[in-house]
Amino acid sequence: MDDAEDLVFRALADPTRRALLDVLVERDGQTLFELCTRMAGAGVTSSRQAISQHLDLLAAAGLVRVRREGRYRLHDLDTTPLAPLRERWVRPDERTDP
Amino acid sequence: MKIALTSVFVDDQQKAQDFYTGVLGLTTKHDVPLGEHRWLTVVSPEAPDGVELVLEPNEHPAATAFQEAMAADGIPVAVLSVEDVEAEHARLTGLGVAFTQPPTAMGPVVTAVLDDTCGNLVQLMAAAAPA
Repeated sequence: MDDAEDLVFRALADPTRRALLDVLVERDGQTLFELCTRMAGAGVTSSRQAISQHLDLLAAAGLVRVRREGRYRLHDLDTTPLAPLRERWVRPDERTDP
Repeated sequence: MKIALTSVFVDDQQKAQDFYTGVLGLTTKHDVPLGEHRWLTVVSPEAPDGVELVLEPNEHPAATAFQEAMAADGIPVAVLSVEDVEAEHARLTGLGVAFTQPPTAMGPVVTAVLDDTCGNLVQLMAAAAPA
C-alpha cells in the first residue's frame, strides 16, 4: 500500500481524530485552544497535549494544514487526501465523473 | 478570604492602559509611579470595588516566553464576562480589535477571543441566550 494512503487510513482510524475533523469542518483558522474548547463542547474530554498529538498525525496525513499567522498557529481542514480513497473501489461502470 | 488582584503581563504599560480602558472600557483603579514602571490596575466600572486586574510589565524573560507560547496555541490569559458577546465583538471589531475566535456557542456560554495588543489573548464570555 502507498505510504501516503497508509497515513490517511491510520489518521482516520481513531474516534478522537475523526471528532477533530468534525470540529475542523466548522471553520478554518482555529487555534489549538479553540479546537480543544469545541472538542469539550462535543463531549470529547481529551487533554490539550493529546489533542495536539492527534493534530500532528492529521497534519502528517495531509488532512490538517498548520499555518503561522503573526503570533498564532492556526489549523485548516484539507480533505484533498480523501478524494483518491473515495474513487478507489468504485467500479468503472459505476463512475459518475467524466 | 477574597480574591483581590490577578494580573496579566503586558509589553508596555501605557499601551495596556489605553487598550484596557480606552478600548475595552475598564477603569483605572490604581496608577502609582514606581521608578521605571507603575503599579497599574484596572477594574470593571460595573464593579469598582471588585477584582483588580494588574497590568504588569513582562520584563522577566520567562514572562515573554509564557506569553508567546500561550498566544501561539490561542490560549487566553484572562476572561472578561460581558452581557452580549456578539455585540462586544461588533463594537470592538469596529475599533480595530483583532479576534482569533469569533463569537462561538460553547454549550452554556458564548465565547470569543481577542488580542489585547500587549502580547495576550483575552476571552469574552456570556451566558448563552436561553433556547
